[in-house]
Amino acid sequence: MIAFILRRLLQSVIVMIAVAAVSFSLFRFVGDPINSMVGQETSIADRQALRESLGLNDPIVLQFGRFLGNALQGEFGISYRLQMPVTELILQRLPATVELALVSGLLAFVLGLSLGVYTALRRRGVLSNIIMTASLIGVSLPTFLIGVLLIWVFAVELRWLPSNGRGEVVALGDWWSTGLLTHSGRLALILPAITLGLYQMTLIMRLVRAEMLEVLRTDYIKFARARGLSARAVNFGHALKNTLVPVITITGLQLGSIIAFAIITETVFNWPGVGALFINSVRFVDVPVMAAYLMMIALIFVVINLIVDLLYYAVDPRLRVDRAGKAH
Amino acid sequence: MTSKTPGRLYRLWDSDLFYAFRTAPVAIVATLVALTIIACAVLAPWLAPMNPYNPGGLNLMNGFTPPMEPNAFTGETFLMGADNQGRDMLSTIMYGTRTSLFVGAMAVLFAMTLGISIGLYAGWRGGWVDGALMRVADVQLAFPAILIALLIFGIARGFIPDNLRDQLAIWVLIVAIGLSDWVQFARVVRGATMVEKNKEYVQAARVIGAHPAKIMFRHILPNVMGPVLVIATISLALAIIAEATLSFLGVGVPPTQPSLGTLIRIGQGFLISGEWWILLFPSLTLLALALSVNLLGDWLRDALNPRLR
Amino acid sequence: MADPLLSVRDLVVEFPTRRGTLRALDRVSFDIMPGEVLGMVGESGAGKSITGAAIIGLIEPPGRVASGEIRLKGERIDNLRPEALRKIRGKRIGMVFQDPLTSLNPLYTVAQQLIETIRTHIDCSEAEARKRAVALLDRVGIPAAARRIDDYPHHFSGGMRQRVVIALALCAEPELVIADEPTTALDVSVQSQIIEVLKDICAERGAAVMLITHDMGVIAETADRVAVLYAGRVAEIGPVREVITEALHPYTRGLMGSIPTLTQESDRLVQIPGAMPRLNAIPQGCAFNPRCDKAFAPCFTDRPELLALEGGRQVACWLHDTAKAQEVPHG
Repeated sequence: MIAFILRRLLQSVIVMIAVAAVSFSLFRFVGDPINSMVGQETSIADRQALRESLGLNDPIVLQFGRFLGNALQGEFGISYRLQMPVTELILQRLPATVELALVSGLLAFVLGLSLGVYTALRRRGVLSNIIMTASLIGVSLPTFLIGVLLIWVFAVELRWLPSNGRGEVVALGDWWSTGLLTHSGRLALILPAITLGLYQMTLIMRLVRAEMLEVLRTDYIKFARARGLSARAVNFGHALKNTLVPVITITGLQLGSIIAFAIITETVFNWPGVGALFINSVRFVDVPVMAAYLMMIALIFVVINLIVDLLYYAVDPRLRVDRAGKAH
Repeated sequence: MTSKTPGRLYRLWDSDLFYAFRTAPVAIVATLVALTIIACAVLAPWLAPMNPYNPGGLNLMNGFTPPMEPNAFTGETFLMGADNQGRDMLSTIMYGTRTSLFVGAMAVLFAMTLGISIGLYAGWRGGWVDGALMRVADVQLAFPAILIALLIFGIARGFIPDNLRDQLAIWVLIVAIGLSDWVQFARVVRGATMVEKNKEYVQAARVIGAHPAKIMFRHILPNVMGPVLVIATISLALAIIAEATLSFLGVGVPPTQPSLGTLIRIGQGFLISGEWWILLFPSLTLLALALSVNLLGDWLRDALNPRLR
Repeated sequence: MADPLLSVRDLVVEFPTRRGTLRALDRVSFDIMPGEVLGMVGESGAGKSITGAAIIGLIEPPGRVASGEIRLKGERIDNLRPEALRKIRGKRIGMVFQDPLTSLNPLYTVAQQLIETIRTHIDCSEAEARKRAVALLDRVGIPAAARRIDDYPHHFSGGMRQRVVIALALCAEPELVIADEPTTALDVSVQSQIIEVLKDICAERGAAVMLITHDMGVIAETADRVAVLYAGRVAEIGPVREVITEALHPYTRGLMGSIPTLTQESDRLVQIPGAMPRLNAIPQGCAFNPRCDKAFAPCFTDRPELLALEGGRQVACWLHDTAKAQEVPHG
């Protein structure tokens, strides 16, 4: 067990270093850092001096090492576009994204699970077919379109909900801000959360349904029925439990992609999160921000992956090599 | 008792796949819708009532005409209304769909070529080459495609000088979307290659000095045709959506060649002022296109899955 | 004569497919007496497993029981509502499946699965159920049952798992146990042990057994009577000893002759030419007529019904119908 954890940690570190290398390359080679930092009138000599003082003429490995060292301390340089430290920019906007991601993730999981189980158990029912068809529409609707249409219906026509921004936020502690404690904050969260969560919910629902149908076909479910266990015991005690094992792990992985999908939702709703920051950085080739965002996302993914692996281990007894060991 | 062997056409008609198609109204409707949209898009230069990108043909007085109502000044009627510069929405949509489809189809083709090549190579070589390639594939799969496409787009932008940016944007977009989607193809082909590699005719070919690759390919191809087709169809829907998303975000096609995504972004801007048709029709078109292709891919996957029959 | 425990009459099971409706079982009839072991033999596809599934009510849609009657101690069970049928499963009819590696839920311990089943049918406390479970495991031959009961299925070998399956099937004390190829997936060395266990524990509890298998050796050792199925129909039923040594139906004779024995004198095994017909291509008349060397006129036109002969034997063959045999001159 310990060996397993250590091995995974090592793999994670390797992945992070690889991503750091990509980030660093971005930083160093895409566009010219000097040209992006100074105005047109700066003389060649001054540029050379700047280049020297920033260590841009040192060997690559040394620069990479410096980059890594800085990264570990959370130091990512200055944004070309906004002339602010990148780390500060990201931290400022992170709470907005995290809140959005968590709320929509929860929504997606709860609804997706319930609908998935329902459509698997009532496979041939009319409602099931309607839900499945609606789900196909959900998968074919791009996130941005959902957002735009929701804005049209609820913000422009019905005027029930705001069409952009985060509403009023309340500061929590040093740097966190939350919109959950104010009425306008909560209202503002609704449409973006639905937009972001809808796609995930559809995916989860289809996954749960597919897994559950697979499980319902197995021999042990047939045997459970043949033993006269109640429908509830068979469907929920046995089938659902076996379905949840792969579903939880895959859903965990989805959480990472929610953060990435937030890019789109934040753009549609003018939500002040890191996603919007990233898009602007791509538009204006603001490399430090791009590089930092990349590292952050990689870190989040790696951590989530690790947690999911551990979860799998905890939930599936077949993976545990404990006292009994060999089969006998 | 004599009986004729059924002709090839009859066998196609009677095959399980086509039977499933004939009796599934969903598949038929989806195919019809997809084909109609694709036809309109491809034939846009000939079918569209006007060319929306010819500045000479525009009459600004037509601006903001609602659908099916004659314009107060010029008396012209537009089926789907006119946008802020007097362009016929139907035409802009047809041309926009054309761009969207072009990027989507090319991206899928690129992804397919790349994926199949890598899959064949990885399956053939095996060993650490295969291990490394599959590791890369796994890592890439862990990240959402949109992110990868964005990243590649951003990087490419950094390298391309300003003046060429607009011209090359479409190709960069195609490469970006294609690069984010090759993994599924590679996996399927790699699996089939590894299965074939172990068969005896490969050893036999080696013994007589012939290169088994060509023969293997002939055997691999029929096995992977089905899954590759399913993946390609679904990939097409995904590519179309990806392109629309990127264009909507402002990092996709250049403003000179708007796609459906661009049109939707423009439409969103006019929501508040009430010209809803500038948003609605491109949205419906995108939805219809993505949905029909998705339905087709979904149905195809069920039909080709031996276990569900 | 005692009343039968299970009585199946003219059971028809159909599967609608796009090329027409297939009859997997075409008017199958037989009885099982309390406490007896009835073997059900036949080739793959003859309908043995479907018969078992039909009795316990677990035919997968779109398959369905189209007509016929299944009676347990005189009461019909084939037309029960799902909830009533569920109460019978496990409590009155138990089932043992073929593959021990996939019959048990890998996420629950053996204790949990046993206790759950026991408490579903018998009203008792968890501690009480656990005591019963341990005793049962011990009875089926699991060493150190009290400790091993808390293990997960993957900690047990194939043979051990099948013993657990038998325990599970019997824990609610059913009157009839349907065993569908219980040893086919096991090592040869383990097969006879498992059959012993099954036979002993059922005899102890007075439960009847419907032993479905294609292995005649198992039948010879274990069964009291045997029913032979062919193409969804019953060919012959009778006491095991007599059916083996003196088969009445030409198919059964071919079946017995094709089993090698150590004392056999001949050089070659008897082989029945041809193959069992596919369900959508069953010949008119007797299903066996294309392969039967004794077929005569009525065999090609009329389907033979199960005829009761003396000594508790039944056979579906015109050869044994004295009336028919006299009607038509032998060729």
